[in-house]
Amino acid sequence: MIRVVLPAHLRTLAKVDREVQLSVPALVTTRSILDALELAYPMLCGTIRDHVTRQRRPLVRFFACEQDISHDSPDVPLPEKITSGSEPFYIIGAIAGG
Amino acid sequence: MSAVRVLVGTKKGAFILTSDAKRQKWDVAGPHFAGWEIYHLKGSAADPDRIYCSQSSGWFGQIIQRSSDGGKTWEQPGGGMQKGPGGMPMGESNKFVYNTSPTGHPLTTHQWYDGTAHPWEFKRVWHLEPSLHDANTAYAGVEDAALFRTADGGTTWHELSGLRGHGTGASWQPGAGGLGLHTILLDPTNPDRMYIAISAAGAFRTDDGGKTWKPINKGLRSEFMPNPTAEVGHCVHRLAIHPSRPDTVYMQKHWDVMRTDNAGDQWREVSGNLPTDFGFCIDVHAHEPETVYVVPIKSDSEHYPLEGKLRVYRSKTGGDEWEPLTKGLPQENCYVNVYRDAMCVDTLDDCGIYFGTTGGQVYTSTNGGDSWNPIVRDLPAVLSVEVQTLK
Repeated sequence: MIRVVLPAHLRTLAKVDREVQLSVPALVTTRSILDALELAYPMLCGTIRDHVTRQRRPLVRFFACEQDISHDSPDVPLPEKITSGSEPFYIIGAIAGG
Repeated sequence: MSAVRVLVGTKKGAFILTSDAKRQKWDVAGPHFAGWEIYHLKGSAADPDRIYCSQSSGWFGQIIQRSSDGGKTWEQPGGGMQKGPGGMPMGESNKFVYNTSPTGHPLTTHQWYDGTAHPWEFKRVWHLEPSLHDANTAYAGVEDAALFRTADGGTTWHELSGLRGHGTGASWQPGAGGLGLHTILLDPTNPDRMYIAISAAGAFRTDDGGKTWKPINKGLRSEFMPNPTAEVGHCVHRLAIHPSRPDTVYMQKHWDVMRTDNAGDQWREVSGNLPTDFGFCIDVHAHEPETVYVVPIKSDSEHYPLEGKLRVYRSKTGGDEWEPLTKGLPQENCYVNVYRDAMCVDTLDDCGIYFGTTGGQVYTSTNGGDSWNPIVRDLPAVLSVEVQTLK
């Protein structure tokens, strides 16, 4: 199972705790994680990426194994620690504003 | 036993204030959707337990919330757990997609502040207007300016693109707060007629249920424009009607309070003796179609009352002659603003009037404005106030 950590406001929307676990098909990528997340929690559609363009929202960032992968292609395979579930995939609201 | 339910949208959540018809003692519930900007909530006239809410965030975008029990519980329409492929659309209640079909109309760009062409980009829902007759039908006024409609309780939204496509859309420019469609008035006597207003494009009317639109800005004068009497480009802040006289529309423009008696075909200024005719909100007494309320604001760069005195002005003559209403309102060191969607009236016999401020106060008057009392004093900055009169 893939572990995903959500920012606080999205946890409230999805009515979940800090971390959710998802079944994601092989070749785990940012795109496949987001696809699985939105399938399981459709109330999150449009909050992380645009409905139509599928582009990441400007103030949302993605981290894997302590690396900022927000600007990587969403189709790049993610590290083994993410695919094995030993490390979570982080979705973070950018630090903006006081 | 009658009661009222006041729906308050703030910068950091929604609040629901309830009272019996005396409106002396209030229960305060909230914050709902804590930490999110709540631009607007509004209840359905067809089913008062149905309330629509616009929830938004610079980080996570637009959310539509819906209540079917008067605001006790909320749901994102169509946002429940996925039950399997092939079902109804899921998770699309916040999907506002502009119509870019090849209509031959300039639907792809509007003007930016500097006059260059700028693509239409959805940012948020400013105003939700439920149908007068069907609880599952509602209209959404959005930024960048466009009008959307749902007929399935907010599960899906579709643009009424005849508005942007009627011919002047490419020349619309944003106001200081953005290119927002903020006012939607439904004519209770004619289901095909609707008024809308956009900052800073002007007022528009449809007479065929939203298929086609025309600008209704004749008589407006805006000195900031190269052509002060142009067909569009006016920064209309708010429109208001009395249900019994839907052809008479009052307008708080950027500067000037205006009135039309022929459904917008011709406007005339009724600012009269107002100390400043800049402001955002305007509303009409529930039982006196010629009694109108505004909150004058000092100027377009100084968004607070003149002399630090919070005064509602009332005209009992449909404009021109105005009197200040001050009893119960702060008359020194008050520098709050009252936004365009933050004034409303109930329909009880003695017509309650309500408004909210950027200082977090929500005031009410139960005697036509002669005196005011705060319902709450310390909410986050108030963006909108609506009231439901419950029988």
